[in-house]
Amino acid sequence: MATMREIKIKINSFEKTKQITKAMKMVAASYLRKAQEQAEASRPYADKLKDVITGLAQGASGVKHPMLESRPVSKTGYLIVTSDRGLVGGYNSNLIRLLTEKLKERHASKDEYVVFVIGRKGLEVLQKRGLPIIGQTTGISAIPQFAEVVNIAKEAVSNYADGSFDELYLLYNEFVNPVIQRPVEKRLLPLASEELNQEKASQTAYEYEPSEEEVLAELLPRYAETLIYNALLEGKASEHAAQMNAMENATENATEIIGKLTLQFNRARQAAITQEIAEIVGGAAAL
Amino acid sequence: MSKMQLDIVTPERKVYSKDVEMVITRAANGDIGILPHHAPLVSPLHVTVVRVKNEGQEERIAISGGFLEVRPSGVTILAETAELSSNIDVNRAEAAEARAKERIAEHDGDLARAELALKRAANRLEVSKWK
Repeated sequence: MATMREIKIKINSFEKTKQITKAMKMVAASYLRKAQEQAEASRPYADKLKDVITGLAQGASGVKHPMLESRPVSKTGYLIVTSDRGLVGGYNSNLIRLLTEKLKERHASKDEYVVFVIGRKGLEVLQKRGLPIIGQTTGISAIPQFAEVVNIAKEAVSNYADGSFDELYLLYNEFVNPVIQRPVEKRLLPLASEELNQEKASQTAYEYEPSEEEVLAELLPRYAETLIYNALLEGKASEHAAQMNAMENATENATEIIGKLTLQFNRARQAAITQEIAEIVGGAAAL
Repeated sequence: MSKMQLDIVTPERKVYSKDVEMVITRAANGDIGILPHHAPLVSPLHVTVVRVKNEGQEERIAISGGFLEVRPSGVTILAETAELSSNIDVNRAEAAEARAKERIAEHDGDLARAELALKRAANRLEVSKWK
């Protein structure tokens, strides 16, 4: 049996780990709240854009734009939102598994797709696997600002526009609630015109300056970029939630181990006392 | 004088939301002044200034990349960035301007992007002078 001293050192070390995981959990919880607020604050922008685009798409003149029309697919783009740091449970591995499954399902060779990666963890894994990564962003802050993703978003959207690939999928962890985050894949481009057509547009008859086509051409890429930003915000909220859960579990496990070790420590202490008494009694008997 | 609601929204937050008397800015086809009951209109906005008149006061807002929507009930401006003249970080804008000028002078990297950055910085500095 380990000596009392050894057990005491172990208990101390677990206590310290527990303090850290507990602190990390609380930090994650506060970030989660902020990320949710940010997601909330970004909604009016996306909604308004969608509103105007819906109005345009339903307009009598039937304006067309390549971003609204499906075309034969010879190459596919994927944009995956992962985290920069670990200690987030299955957050990254689940998402990467989803990507790998989809790639296997759809493509025969690596020439048929390209990947954009946000987040260092995803980048490390996917680079090691030799996937064709054509764009990356790492070091996104806990509460991301639009300016941080605008470059990769613009790149992804303009690559679609100039025909480098014919569809673009977004992969991120959907935030269901603080306990459940689900990896999802959504087709971003071409924008689902059915979806835009289903919703009732505001009935206002707008004048478009300079013309409907040009306004649409201006707005659609912006809308796609906004959707990418929203996916990032949701991914970040999920990341904080995942970290919160992972750290909660870690804290619980630490508590459990500390309990077991304390029991061991007490037994060792009891054994030492018993032994000491036995020695004294033995010594007294010898006199 | 009658008023209308003006909202300026960026992907991050609502920057401005007030009842105002007049909005002046530069739309796709040139400068435009909007008073209450303007006809519904949608137009893209590039790097420019939005001037807001209200009770004899004027506010200026630097915006970049977005569009303008005029509805019967008011005006909405969606922009990638929007800053009130009092909120502009002058030092940062000056640094950005110097950097962009340098890049243009040396033909370093993407020229179109440098020019856009210069435009944004100059626009911010212009607006920041308004007190």
